[in-house]
Amino acid sequence: MLSTKNVNKKFGSLVVAEDISLSLPAGVRYALIGPNGAGKTTLINLITGLVAADSGQILLGEGENAANITALKPYQRVKRGLVRTFQINTLFPHLSALESVTLAVLERDGHAHNWWRGLPSFSSAADEAFAILKSLKLEQTAQKETRELAYGQQRLLEIALALATRPRVLLLDEPAAGVPKGESAELFAAVEGLSRELTVLFIEHDMEVVFRFASRILVMVGGRILVEGSPQDIARDERVREVYLGAAHAA
Amino acid sequence: MLSSAVGVLFDGFAYGMLLFLLSVGLSVTLGMMNFVNLAHCSFAMVGGYATVTLVNRFGWPFLATLPMAFVAGAVISLALERTLFKRLYRATDLDQCLLTIGIVFISIAAFAWFYTTEQQSARPPEWLRASIQVGNLNFAGYRLFLIVFGLATTFLLFFFIEKTRFGAQVRAAVDNQRMARGLGLDVDRAFMLTFALGGGLAGLGGALAIEVVGLDPTFALAYLVYVLIVVAVGGLGSIGGSFAAAVVLGISDMAGKYYFPWLGAFLIYLVMVGLLMWRPLGLFGKR
Amino acid sequence: MASVSDTRWRPLEIAFWLCTLLPFALAPNYLSLASQVAITALFALSLDLILGYAGIVSLGHAAFFGMGAYTAGLIAKHYWTEPISALLIAGFISGVLGYALSHVIVRFRHLALIMLTMGFGLLLAEAANSAHDLTGGADGLQGFRVPDVLGFKFDMFGRTAYAYSLAVLFVCFLVCRRIIHSPFGLALRGIRENATRMPAIGAPSLSHLRKAYTMAAVFAGLAGAALTHTTSTVSLDVLSFGRSADVLVILILGGAGRLYGGIIGAVIYMVARDQFSGVNPQYWYFWIGLLLVAVVMFLPNGILGGLSALHKKRQ
Repeated sequence: MLSTKNVNKKFGSLVVAEDISLSLPAGVRYALIGPNGAGKTTLINLITGLVAADSGQILLGEGENAANITALKPYQRVKRGLVRTFQINTLFPHLSALESVTLAVLERDGHAHNWWRGLPSFSSAADEAFAILKSLKLEQTAQKETRELAYGQQRLLEIALALATRPRVLLLDEPAAGVPKGESAELFAAVEGLSRELTVLFIEHDMEVVFRFASRILVMVGGRILVEGSPQDIARDERVREVYLGAAHAA
Repeated sequence: MLSSAVGVLFDGFAYGMLLFLLSVGLSVTLGMMNFVNLAHCSFAMVGGYATVTLVNRFGWPFLATLPMAFVAGAVISLALERTLFKRLYRATDLDQCLLTIGIVFISIAAFAWFYTTEQQSARPPEWLRASIQVGNLNFAGYRLFLIVFGLATTFLLFFFIEKTRFGAQVRAAVDNQRMARGLGLDVDRAFMLTFALGGGLAGLGGALAIEVVGLDPTFALAYLVYVLIVVAVGGLGSIGGSFAAAVVLGISDMAGKYYFPWLGAFLIYLVMVGLLMWRPLGLFGKR
Repeated sequence: MASVSDTRWRPLEIAFWLCTLLPFALAPNYLSLASQVAITALFALSLDLILGYAGIVSLGHAAFFGMGAYTAGLIAKHYWTEPISALLIAGFISGVLGYALSHVIVRFRHLALIMLTMGFGLLLAEAANSAHDLTGGADGLQGFRVPDVLGFKFDMFGRTAYAYSLAVLFVCFLVCRRIIHSPFGLALRGIRENATRMPAIGAPSLSHLRKAYTMAAVFAGLAGAALTHTTSTVSLDVLSFGRSADVLVILILGGAGRLYGGIIGAVIYMVARDQFSGVNPQYWYFWIGLLLVAVVMFLPNGILGGLSALHKKRQ
C-alpha cells in the first residue's frame, strides 16, 4: 500500500535517512521502533512530504496501480489517503473539538472553499464529526475548546482529526506520548479499533504495546532500517538486542 | 564620471556605516530572542539628543559626547528591557510590534515636548569636518571619520563575538536558544547585556547621524524603515549580514539619489522586496 | 445533534446597527465625521479578515485602500461621476492587485512577511508620488467632484455622505459575516490556530490564504473608493505607511478576530482623535503610544476581548 524506494536525506553532514526502502502491504499493522534520534519521525516527515527527500521515491497504492507521490505537496498526499498524527499535540487551541473534526471533514469533501453558505447548513459534516468523536469516546468534549481538554483527550483528538480525512494509510507518531501508563488504555483501544482495511504504521517505544498491536516490526537505527520482521523474529534478533541493551523488554 | 562614481561609493559607504551602527544591535537581538523591537531607533534618538544637549547646553566637545551617547542608548534600552520587553518574549510577533510601536510613539511625543520638533544640530570639531583632497577628488572629512569608526566598530564586534567567552555565549544563544539553556548558559543575562550593547550602538549611531541626516523627533520612525530593511535583508543574528546589507543599502540609496532622483526611495524598496523574495531569511540568515 | 456554529443575529448586534442611525437625529453636525468613521470601520474590518482570522500581519494594507481611492478618483475625473459603478470597479481593481500580491505574500511568515507587506505598501506610495501626471503626486488628485449618488446630493452637512458610507459598510459587513460563519471562515481560523496542522488534514492553506487576502483587498478598496466619493479628493496619504499603521492600531484596539472589533476601534479612535485634534499633535502620539502599551500588556484581545472576558467572569 505504501512503499519507499531508496529514500535519502541529510541535513548538512548529518544523515537522517539512508537508503530507506520499505513496503507496507494493505491492512497490516506495523510498528516502527528504534532508539531516540534514529530518524523515525523524520521518516514520517519524509513520507508525508513535510521534509523533501534528497533522492528516492515514495509510492502510494497497491502493486501496479501504485502512484508516485514523491512530487506531491503534503496536503495533496493527505487527499490521496496518506495521513499522519503528530508526536506533540498539533491541534487548534481555540477551536472546539467538534469544530476541529468538522473542519477536517469539510476539507476532505472539498467544501472548505465555500464562503457563502453558513456552517449550520453543513449538518452532515458536523454529524459525521460527532460520530467520529463518539467512536473515540470524546463526545463529551465536543463543545469544549481544544486547549481545555485533558492531555489524553487531546491525544485522542489527534487521532480523530486523522480519521476524519478517511485515510488509507495512517502514520501514528507515538500516539501515547506523554500519556501515563494507566490512562493509555483508551488510546490503545482506539488504535486497536481502527478499521482492518487501514494500513497503520505507528512509532512506539513501549515494547509491550508494540508486541500487542503490531503484526510486523521495523527497526530503525541511525537513519537506516536495521531489520524488518514479525514480533517473534525481532525479539530473537541479536542485533536488535544489542541496540536495546539496557532496555527493559527483551522477550 | 569616475569622480562622481567614486564620490557616490564613498558617501554611500559612509552612510552604510551609519546604518550598520544603527542596525547591528537589532539584528543580533532579533536573532537571539526573536523579539521584534521596533523601538530600536528610539534608542538611537536618545543617544542623538544626549549629544545635542551635552554639546549645546553644556559645551562639551563633540567627540567626548560619543561615549555618553552610547551609555544613554544602553541605559534606556536596558531599562525598557527589564521592565516591559522581557514579559513579551513569548508573545506573538504582532504583540511585540504593537508594544514597541507604542514606545516609539511615546518617545516621539516626549522628545517633541522637551526639544520641540525643530531640527537639532551638534557640530563636530572643525578639523573633523575638513575635506581631504586626493588628486581631483574631494573626500569629506566627517564621512571619512564615519567609515573609519564604522570599520573599527565592526572589527571590534567580530573580535568580541568570535574570540571572547561572552561572544561565544551570544553565538550559542542565537544558534539554538533551547540548547544553550540546556547547557547551563544564562541566556537571559546574555540577552540583557547584548540588548544593552545593541542599544548603546544605536545611541552612538544616532549621535553620529546628526551631522549627516539631522535629528528631530520623527527620526525614530523615519529610520526604522531603513534599519528594518538592513536587518531583514542581512539576516537575523548576523553581524556580517548587517554589514553587507547596510553597505548595499547605503550605496544603493546614494546611487539612487544621484543618478535616478525621480525614483526616490522606490529603488530601495524594490531592492528589499526583491532580495526578501529571493532569500526570505536574509542574505546571511540562520533560521 | 451537535451545532458547530450559531449564526443567528444577537439582540446586541441588532441594537448596535440601529444605533448607527442615531447620528442622523442626535448629532447632525457630526455626520461628516460619522462618514469617516464608517469608512475607517470598513477598512479595519477588511484587515480583520486577514489579520484576525487568517493571522497575516500586514503593515501595508493601505495599498488596497489607496488603490480603491485613486481608482474611484480617476474614474470621476476622466470618465463619469456616478459613484456606485465606480465603487464596484474600484473594489474589483483592488481585488486584482490583492490577488496578484497574494501569490507572494502567503509564502512568507514572521519578519519577512511584515517587511514584504510594508515594502509593497511603500512601493505603491512611492510610485503614486512619482507618477504625478496620473495621480497629481504630492498635491493629490484634484479637479473633480462627485455630486450625487442615486439622486441624493452630497450635501455639505454630510447626510448623504454618511448614508452612503454606512450603506457600503453594512453591505460589506453582511458579506464578511457570511464569510466568517462559513466553512471557509472555519478554515481561515484553522490556519490561524495552527498553520502546521492544516496541510495535515488535507487543506490547501496557500490557496485559502490567497483567497482571503484578495477578499480583504476588495473590501479595503471599497472603503477607499467611498472616501473619494464622500470627500471628492484623493491625497497621497491614503497610501501612506501611517494609514497602514493607524488601521492596525484601530483593529487591535477594538479586538481582532471578533468581527466587530474593527468597527468599535474605529469609533473610539476617530471620535477621540476628533476631540483631541485641536490639541498639540504631540499629545495625540503620546496617548496612542500609551494606549498601545496598555492594550498589549493588559488587554491583549482589545476592548471587545476585555468585555467578553468580563462577561465570562460574571457568569
